[in-house]
Amino acid sequence: MNAGGFWSMGGYARYVWPCFGFACTVLAWNLWSARRYHAAARVRAQRAMAMMDE
Amino acid sequence: MWTWFYRLASPPFVYRTAAALTPWFMTVAALSIGYGLIDGLGFAPPDYQQGDAYRIIYVHAPSAWMSLFAYTTLAVAGAIGLIWRIKMAYAVAAATAPIGASFTLLALVTGSLWGRPMWGTYWAWDPRLTSELILLFLYIGVMSLRAAFEDPARGDRAAALLAIVGVVNVPIIHFSVLWWNSLHQGATVAKIGKSEMPGSMLWPLLAMLLGFMCFYGAVLCMRLRGEVLNRERRSAWVREALKS
Repeated sequence: MNAGGFWSMGGYARYVWPCFGFACTVLAWNLWSARRYHAAARVRAQRAMAMMDE
Repeated sequence: MWTWFYRLASPPFVYRTAAALTPWFMTVAALSIGYGLIDGLGFAPPDYQQGDAYRIIYVHAPSAWMSLFAYTTLAVAGAIGLIWRIKMAYAVAAATAPIGASFTLLALVTGSLWGRPMWGTYWAWDPRLTSELILLFLYIGVMSLRAAFEDPARGDRAAALLAIVGVVNVPIIHFSVLWWNSLHQGATVAKIGKSEMPGSMLWPLLAMLLGFMCFYGAVLCMRLRGEVLNRERRSAWVREALKS
């Protein structure tokens, strides 16, 4: 497949590329939200430990 | 066997195992998805009927499979929590729900974008599409129900019950294309060795499925660690875990 054919996807580019774009967005959101969730839980746990120490 | 089973109930064991598994899952996911994308988009031949539009299958089918797999995990974890009163099973259920919901949304959106050129419409009240939409509502219902209770333990139990009731939708989604007249095509990779797809199209699809599965595993482990910390933040072992 040449570069032009690759990007045009045989005339279906406006359906194919948004699918892959949305898939990338969903995977990235999953990764970001899971990291954020874990980081927030760590902060909460550290606060709880600090309160128990006081 | 039961010793191993009850070890899974130990929060420090779950926390440490999830941490150890995450990089392995992520590495396999990156390699598999990378190969699947390059081969599926660049080298697999176009379909003789659908042309290049069929390449949407490389994200649509894995996300649809994962939506069912994650829901089954949610229901099984809920059942284990209710039957054996294992708190970590509820943590797994809580961690898997948002991931499964996002895969369901991805399957619906990519299916809709694939449906427009092939069926002439973005949406039809077809049995497969409708049951998949119900799956998304079930995920949202399970998450909302858990969050609606002030007492997390009661929220866990109520959400588990709803997840178990909703699991009846999983075989309905899977067999809908056989039980009813459907716009949706039948299973392409239902039985290994009897696939209707040639290898040049099938291998990238299997690689994407493996990649999505491992990605799910990695994200589940990351969310699970957060869930365990939230539930166990006053336990002594958490102090040691946070130092490392």
